[in-house]
Amino acid sequence: MKSFDYVRPTTIAEAIAAAAAPGASYLAAGTNLLDLMKGGVARPDRLVDVTRVSGLDRIETLPDGSVRIGALVRNADLAYNVEFASAYPAVAEALLSGASAQLRNAATVGGNLLQRTRCAYFYDPASACNKRQPGSGCDALGGENRTHAILGWSEDCIATNPSDFCVPLVALDAVVEIEGRNGKREVALEALHRLPDAAPERDTVLEPGGLIVALRLPPAAHGFAKNSRYLKVRDRTSYAFALVSAAVALRIEQGTIKDGRLALGGVAAKPWRAREAEKVLVGAKADAASFAHAAAAALAGARPSGDNGFKIELARRIIVRALTLAASGTPDRLPALPASPFSPVAGVIEHA
Amino acid sequence: MPSITLTLNGERRDIVVDDPRVTLLDLLRERLHLTGTKKGCDRGQCGACTVLVDGRRINSCLTLAMSLDGADVLTIEGVSRGDVLDPVQEAFVAHDALQCGFCTPGQIMSAIGLIREGQAGDDPERVREAMSGNLCRCGAYAGIVDAVLEAQKTVNAANRRRSA
Repeated sequence: MKSFDYVRPTTIAEAIAAAAAPGASYLAAGTNLLDLMKGGVARPDRLVDVTRVSGLDRIETLPDGSVRIGALVRNADLAYNVEFASAYPAVAEALLSGASAQLRNAATVGGNLLQRTRCAYFYDPASACNKRQPGSGCDALGGENRTHAILGWSEDCIATNPSDFCVPLVALDAVVEIEGRNGKREVALEALHRLPDAAPERDTVLEPGGLIVALRLPPAAHGFAKNSRYLKVRDRTSYAFALVSAAVALRIEQGTIKDGRLALGGVAAKPWRAREAEKVLVGAKADAASFAHAAAAALAGARPSGDNGFKIELARRIIVRALTLAASGTPDRLPALPASPFSPVAGVIEHA
Repeated sequence: MPSITLTLNGERRDIVVDDPRVTLLDLLRERLHLTGTKKGCDRGQCGACTVLVDGRRINSCLTLAMSLDGADVLTIEGVSRGDVLDPVQEAFVAHDALQCGFCTPGQIMSAIGLIREGQAGDDPERVREAMSGNLCRCGAYAGIVDAVLEAQKTVNAANRRRSA
């Protein structure tokens, strides 16, 4: 690991000032950043440790009914917060389907939003990667790419965003609060992450020195608790990144979908809100035909970026399955294997 | 020289950290010679380096020592009381929950954390899921799950007795 300078501010203003130095990077738990630094993928000159910045570790309900989550809230604390998990069950399920218990105890909300892709070529400094080294090329194109993007990719980058947490959040119109040298601003989570286009080195629209201080779920994110799920298919059932995942939140009255949200994970460089599919769902009957129609709409623009054509069919099935499960009701308690389409009982189909 | 203060296995220690690159794992093993905590992958994938920080299990390989100034750290060296083993250690012995033993300190620290979290109940599937951050190349998983379930019963019974 390259040497660096370490500072530990206690206020947002001090943190932003400290991060103005060239080559500075914010550090929270470090569960992703330290891994990248050990591999020589990230090489900051200065780490600004924000874990002692005060006031960023609260989960609060605002007067208008929004929920505001401080950027330093740990993933496990949010997922196991009973009030939060019962209001936003798909978010809790997504959190608990990601990483391991040890990592969830450390990793922060803000850090989860900013984690880098898990593309193996990005992680390997000997490979060409436009995200790591702009202009060097993309060894994932034509390489081992069965896990790569099927939506929104470019010839310059076919990497995917690895976050589970972001998938239901983007479906629920989460907003990110950012502070920086030019003051405060808010960005819809859907607009935070960028598609690669010709500049894959920029994962997000965050300006240099910008600090995510909180995440907000608007009042309209409420009201889906009875019919929400997150479903994730991965190469092993626990402690693995998504090949494809889907977050679904429905509001159903007398068999008709009054409001429907759908987002996909593991398919693009950003958590993918499927707005065309939502248009199909709203006003439709909550039945198999509507779900199939919605899945087709969600994937209308999908195309393989390599040996990953199977992910399009997999995504179609996962969408239908997630919609079916959400329509049948959010389980009272999270399943033993969160977000898994498999039952813990051999030979039994989950929620058959 | 920068230094940090840790409560390490119950003892308050002032510790010089001469390089901010030092992880908690390297601090424990290389500087403080507490080699019970193991370095497996050093990348947060295997769980061999699991310790408790402020009562919660984490991967010590992905934590900078400097960042933990003031924290309470419990390692495998601090879980027994003299010759009296922790109930999780007892259960690992009773259930033969290891073969080579390299992953065992991490498994035990993770199990202690799991029991404190109190989310798994007596469901073996939930225990397996909650222990998925600890790999065992020998494949002693069946014994590990049995040991965790038994230790949890013992710990919960002892807690009930204390609070009764």
